[in-house]
Amino acid sequence: MELSIERMDNYMKSLEELREIRERMQGQVGLRSEDSSQTRVVVGMATCGIASGARPVLTTLSDAVQTKNLNNVAVTQTGCIGLCQYEPIVEIFEPGKEKVTYVKMTPEKALEVVEQHLIRGQVVAEYVINNAIK
Amino acid sequence: MYRSHVLVCGGTGCTSSGSQEIINTLQAEIDKNGLSEEVSIVQTGCHGLCALGPIMIIYPEASFYSMVKVEDIEEIVKEHLLKGRIVKRLLYNETVTDEGSVLSLNETAFYKKQNRIALRNCGVINPENIDEYIATRGYEALGKVLTEMSPDDVIKCILDSGLRGRGGGGFPTGRKWQLAKDLVKGGQKYVCCNADEGDPGAFMDRSVLEGDPHVVFEAMAIAGYAIGADQGYIYVRAEYPIAVDRLKIALAQAREYGLLGKNIFGTDFCFDIELRLGAGAFVCGEETALMTSIEGNRGEPRPRPPFPAEQGLFQKPTILNNVETYANVPQIILNGAQWFASMGTEKSKGTKVFALGGKINNTGLVEIPMGTTLRTVIDEIGGGIPNGKKFKAAQTGGPSGGCIPAEHFDIEIDYDNLISIGSMMGSGGLIVMDEDNCMVDIAKFFLEFTVDESCGKCTPCRIGTKRMLEILDKITKGQGTLADIDKLEELCYYIKENSLCGLGQTAPNPVLSTLRYFKDEYLAHVVDKKCPAGVCKSLLSYNIDPAKCKGCTLCARVCPNGAISGTVKEPHVISQELCVKCGACMEKCKFGAISKK
Repeated sequence: MELSIERMDNYMKSLEELREIRERMQGQVGLRSEDSSQTRVVVGMATCGIASGARPVLTTLSDAVQTKNLNNVAVTQTGCIGLCQYEPIVEIFEPGKEKVTYVKMTPEKALEVVEQHLIRGQVVAEYVINNAIK
Repeated sequence: MYRSHVLVCGGTGCTSSGSQEIINTLQAEIDKNGLSEEVSIVQTGCHGLCALGPIMIIYPEASFYSMVKVEDIEEIVKEHLLKGRIVKRLLYNETVTDEGSVLSLNETAFYKKQNRIALRNCGVINPENIDEYIATRGYEALGKVLTEMSPDDVIKCILDSGLRGRGGGGFPTGRKWQLAKDLVKGGQKYVCCNADEGDPGAFMDRSVLEGDPHVVFEAMAIAGYAIGADQGYIYVRAEYPIAVDRLKIALAQAREYGLLGKNIFGTDFCFDIELRLGAGAFVCGEETALMTSIEGNRGEPRPRPPFPAEQGLFQKPTILNNVETYANVPQIILNGAQWFASMGTEKSKGTKVFALGGKINNTGLVEIPMGTTLRTVIDEIGGGIPNGKKFKAAQTGGPSGGCIPAEHFDIEIDYDNLISIGSMMGSGGLIVMDEDNCMVDIAKFFLEFTVDESCGKCTPCRIGTKRMLEILDKITKGQGTLADIDKLEELCYYIKENSLCGLGQTAPNPVLSTLRYFKDEYLAHVVDKKCPAGVCKSLLSYNIDPAKCKGCTLCARVCPNGAISGTVKEPHVISQELCVKCGACMEKCKFGAISKK
């Protein structure tokens, strides 16, 4: 078998290199699983949500979940929840737990939610609807 | 990073129902709505529900859109991808409950009872991207084998798993590998893959090649390590253009990563694979003919022994397994022999893929644990028989197999059970027949196939099958005698015992099995000169019931041969001399006045 020079760059020399590719790709392909034990992160993406900036929130959440390999979390979108003045709204459904609703989200707040809530399991109280409305 | 993946089936079924156009339109709509940074389109292999193609699944919601039309794309992009509102109207109806909530695909009748091992990546990954295969633990089994296991460990693992050849005969795969390793020590050996799927109606191998090509390479490399071979050949039909393209792409990617080639994973093990395209002769699916064809000769079988494990390709020890068999191997290595052996029946382990076709609602590919009953496959997974018709028989094993009549509807499907009732697993085509199918006609159909495909090397097959077809033709024309049926049966046994290869030895099976279970239909053709199912044209006649005929003249106007005469508002008459039995008049009659007997 002949190999050209540039091809040799990708030539794997150990199992470790295979593992690296797997870890890099798993978060992305993991998006395509259908597991009922998954945590669902739902972003309101109706006209009101989009107008108040839900799109960057959604993409930030989606990117963060994939880069951090949170294979058990699915980021999806939904329509208008009915609380248009508090958009962008992000709801988190964890199996066996009560729904947590975050309001007036920004990409920065969203990253905090990923770090605190999704990874460490600590609800970020100050952005939760009950506290934020007062 | 994409927040949403849109999977569009790029298997042969969906491609022929227009999935490429769907992808193009989808890409244009996504660009138009500024979503190209957020949404990725992935062309996958077959999902199995070919009858509902083109199929599109949108993740992370896992919304399953079926029979997608180009006109629907704009709505799906604007509603679902932009605003997050699933377009329920366009979803596969089984995934929407009466209350309007959406079920996951695994909860639908078609997928619920399936267990996808060989097909696990089909419809999930992009077959043209090796990284996606690696993400689903691809090539990890090869790594494990090369770094942690000896060739004997590998063979023991495959033996213990109970894996048997999925191409037809059901020979234990581990045993085959062991023979190739031990019969001749050292020297050049070969690993071959039989991807010359030729049974009419079976397309599981094509689906694996199209949807998950790397699994075949990985398994062949594992087999190469086990028996001491450094070269593999995949013999694939040239009639599978999509599969051939994807194999070529996958091969280049695997070589680029060094997963095929020299010193794989930095070990001493070297293995490479070449493709060989078959010109589409059914006999080349027979192992000795296949190897003769790879060698560059005319694809004809040769007597065994010597078996390929001793003297195969280029006279060297060779193992030959089919695509579906290989597709199970990496999973067995990763999950252990016990895991695989825990599925299935005592002598048939694991799962089997079947291609459901014929008179059934859910046409497509299903993978079920061995031992699942035919009833479950047809009534539950297959969604039953259309138009409330009655089940008559299921044909398995294609032109080498036989039929399973209604009395065996509860049979647990595995290798031995099927053989005990005179059929066989074959490669897994499962054709469902209802009361409108004539069994003599079915036998004739398969015989026509084998007569066409007989290579002509040995006399029993070349001439015998031709004589059988002539007798069947006579019977379906109403010219058969009782002696013909005896002669037919005698020929069956003669051909079975005297043919050179599997093609001839199994060619009489469709006739033997229909004679066994549906002799009454043969007798009806011969004695009463009637075809009970109303299929054999020579034995049919169309008649108009004068009591029901209103003389509307519609039938006379649609008759292509001017066989119907009569005056307006008077009963019409069909001339039996002129009638070509096309049935057009019966279809058009609004009063049900025309019947066929």
